[in-house]
Amino acid sequence: MNIAIVQYNAGNIQSVLYALERLGADAKVTANADELRSADKVIFPGVGEAGSAMDSLREGGLDSVIKSLKQPVLGICVGMQLLCAHSEEGNTECLGIVPVAVRRFPAALNSHDEGFMQVANGAGNSVLKVPQVGWNTIQDLSSPLFQHIPSGSFIYNVHSFYAEDSDYTIARCNYGLTYAAAVQKDNFYGVQFHTEKSAATGDQILKNFLAL
Amino acid sequence: MPTGNPQSISNLAKRIIPCLDIKDGRTVKGTNFVELRDAGDPVELAARYAVEGADELVFLDITATVEKRKTLAELVKRIAHRINIPFTVGGGIRSVEDVSVLLGSGADKVSINTAAFQNPELISGIAKAAGSQCVVLAIDTRLEEDGQWYVYLNGGRTKTDALCFEWAKKAVELGAGEILLTSMNHDGTKAGFALDITQQLSDALPIPVIASGGGGTKEHFVDVFQSAHADAALAASIFHFKEIAIPDLKQHLKEAGIPVRI
Repeated sequence: MNIAIVQYNAGNIQSVLYALERLGADAKVTANADELRSADKVIFPGVGEAGSAMDSLREGGLDSVIKSLKQPVLGICVGMQLLCAHSEEGNTECLGIVPVAVRRFPAALNSHDEGFMQVANGAGNSVLKVPQVGWNTIQDLSSPLFQHIPSGSFIYNVHSFYAEDSDYTIARCNYGLTYAAAVQKDNFYGVQFHTEKSAATGDQILKNFLAL
Repeated sequence: MPTGNPQSISNLAKRIIPCLDIKDGRTVKGTNFVELRDAGDPVELAARYAVEGADELVFLDITATVEKRKTLAELVKRIAHRINIPFTVGGGIRSVEDVSVLLGSGADKVSINTAAFQNPELISGIAKAAGSQCVVLAIDTRLEEDGQWYVYLNGGRTKTDALCFEWAKKAVELGAGEILLTSMNHDGTKAGFALDITQQLSDALPIPVIASGGGGTKEHFVDVFQSAHADAALAASIFHFKEIAIPDLKQHLKEAGIPVRI
């Protein structure tokens, strides 16, 4: 199988490549339009800031290349967010493939609590830290991408921004609010969490993607 | 009763993080993993911990000198190829260039300590170049007779006049993504974590706090999550010498109502 990883200024390209190698899959990291269009599967990674990531894509003309892809495409973390319509991070117009808004986790009301999300739950510790760092569970799984993945499986997250829950949601996660842990529209799939760092669950999801 | 993250608002798990000290590419403290082909190989040990359910790993290169850095980068590549959970690398990092090499080799985060204290712009520099999420600021701190927690440098050999809480706050402003807090009073005692300073930082700072030093029993981990609201707990020898097995520890935490990944 011919797997291409979109080459731009994303931070986790190497980790995605290693994860695929562990699964026995060879992948090519490329920014070449023909190589991306002719691949069987395309992985669109991302770590960093949405605005500069979009700038990087536009400079190389990769924005229109990605939009034109017909094979299964998997956006990871910021890669997923860039598939969406608009991100509050840097007030960024994204690729607009999945018509969903990307928002920031709400900060607590008190200014000195910036960086916390206030959650009215009546319990003692009623704030969550932003960004969300660590392992959380996914549920309401509704896609072949999550074949053999039990609801409630843990996946690894690092993010301050999230895609809103919508008709395009194929997995949900709770972090003070319910958001889309994964989205899909046509051949475009996106996961907010890091499949490449999510232990056996992440490996299975990557395997499922390669089998789409 | 506060339990950190109540199930109703989030299932974000408390993290258990084994720490491996590395010297010349080998683990130094020794282990009881007799079943491993080569327990001195950090990659073998790391893979074992990943399978056992460690949520993350930290590798501290205690002899990181300039000439050894290439060795470390090679090791990081081998680790990144093998394990499928996040890991942090620390020891001897003095510049953004050092960080680029390690992240480029596959590390997810870097841990900085003395160099960041001496040159705080290192924190903002790394955060700008690679994002706050990869900046783990390690603080070695000691409670003195005046009742204050002070920052120590150079592996605990050099006392400073800086207060731990003030330095941690400044580091957050500069762009640190997590704090790895080691109490020198508790490290190696197996008498429990430093609950007061851990709670002070964890409750006041908007970034995760990893508690380190003193974990000796499963109940100590319950305490550091439940009473001190730590986001993660780090330990070394109790895992290496199998005094506590990670699956048992996680089961114990789960039964205590603490969200963990099992």
